[in-house]
Amino acid sequence: MAKHQTPLLDQLETGPWPSFVSDIKQEAAHRAANPDGLDYQTPVDCPDDLLGVLELSFKDKETHWKHGGIVGVFGYGGGVIGRYCDQPEMFPGVAHFHTVRLAQPSGKYYTADYLRGIMDIWDLRGSGLTNMHGSTGDIVLLGTTTPQLEEIFFDVTHKMNTDLGGSGGNLRTPADCLGQSRCEFACYDTQDLCHTLTNDYQDELHRPAFPYKFKFKFDGCPNGCVASIARSDFSVIGTWKDDIRIDQDRVKAYVAGEFKPGGGSHSGRDWGKFDIVKEVVDRCPTGCMSYDGAKLSIDNANCTRCMHCINTMPAAVKIGKETGTSILLGAKAPILDGAQMSSLLVPFVVVEKPYDEIKEVIENIWDWWMEEGKNRERVGETMKRLSFQKLLEVTNIKAMPQHVKEPRSNPYIFFKEEEVPGGFAHDEKAYRQRHMR
Amino acid sequence: MPSEKEQVLEFLTGKTGKSKFYFSDLCKVFPDKKQREVKKVLTELVNEGKLEFWSSGSTTMYGLTGAGKQKAEEE
Repeated sequence: MAKHQTPLLDQLETGPWPSFVSDIKQEAAHRAANPDGLDYQTPVDCPDDLLGVLELSFKDKETHWKHGGIVGVFGYGGGVIGRYCDQPEMFPGVAHFHTVRLAQPSGKYYTADYLRGIMDIWDLRGSGLTNMHGSTGDIVLLGTTTPQLEEIFFDVTHKMNTDLGGSGGNLRTPADCLGQSRCEFACYDTQDLCHTLTNDYQDELHRPAFPYKFKFKFDGCPNGCVASIARSDFSVIGTWKDDIRIDQDRVKAYVAGEFKPGGGSHSGRDWGKFDIVKEVVDRCPTGCMSYDGAKLSIDNANCTRCMHCINTMPAAVKIGKETGTSILLGAKAPILDGAQMSSLLVPFVVVEKPYDEIKEVIENIWDWWMEEGKNRERVGETMKRLSFQKLLEVTNIKAMPQHVKEPRSNPYIFFKEEEVPGGFAHDEKAYRQRHMR
Repeated sequence: MPSEKEQVLEFLTGKTGKSKFYFSDLCKVFPDKKQREVKKVLTELVNEGKLEFWSSGSTTMYGLTGAGKQKAEEE
């Protein structure tokens, strides 16, 4: 018998998708039965009370969670987010229901043992409820009490070799795609770069001193499996400098139907014979491809790395050999001023250990943003407010054609004297003789 | 001349009405210092238990340990 009647939540379970309501009910029943005989360190009925408070919020059309808190583990300014219910007497099981964020492994590679280990800790010391994964990519453990925080921290660090993730005005838990470990499109080792920078920037991850959150994400190629261009302040997206490699015999094999397009995806329906012109050439966003019935040609200078031809015919068309990455800055979700995608800052850099070139860009940006950023201002907003030109100046990057987003609509560009070779002299007096005020 | 840590504590003790402060508020105590140096002073104070973090989940603020009304709720 459920502790609280939840007719509004029950309705959510009737849809076609798996329901988080069913999941929470399952955990409530599991904790009540306690088949492993655990000495639960948080209220046994916290999943029931979670359903109860959510039902009440649906009814009241208001949240019953209070915002934030001073909980955390000693010395860390992030990784734990205090959550308190404003109806603690009605829902004592979730009166204190803090969130713990854990850094996920690079590429989200898990072993069953690891997941069981995390759940052994969380079943005992938390609600047993998780969010795999949060929007930033971390493991989110939902709901525990203040006295359990240090215990959980000790166990995850000592037994699971796992650290807390980021929250607040910190570097957030960096995230990457699985990169070269499995993917032939990956232009650099995303996992190594992600892991190295996570270790190198521990202070920024755990001790908040930024105006607001800052996210790194590492995509091995422009397919963007971690969507860094939309979801991270500092987007690292693999690319190549030379030409796309084309195996013309295999192109013919695709045309003849010997290879399945798209690696056989969307094969649940008969789409008819593969038409290379209709499905690949005409779909090229810059129109830089052509097929004359025997040979596929690409005008590489006009390729924008949309990846469509490579994704459709991976056996015949491959990324170039001279690989590296582009760096873009400033994506964010629409809290202030609308959503924003990252803007291209570094068109190409070779990704080589110890990644000093990339770190130099990062640190220059941080120094500038820490100094100039307003409270709760993402770096993308600072960039918009103070201009892309200023960003180039602080990162010591010269303006180049790749930075141009569109033909300029504003004819008034002001150059500083030091930007013009040879400088220029301006005689205000002589000027005023020719031009009256 | 009070030490840097004392200056931070003096600043925070002298404030009424507010118990939590942004990192940038505390940087104003040391107008000539780089942010990263200020951070080191604050980290030491946190490690000594004199300052504590307050976090909404998205933003973080600093305050004197135990100051403000929220402390009672945590216990």
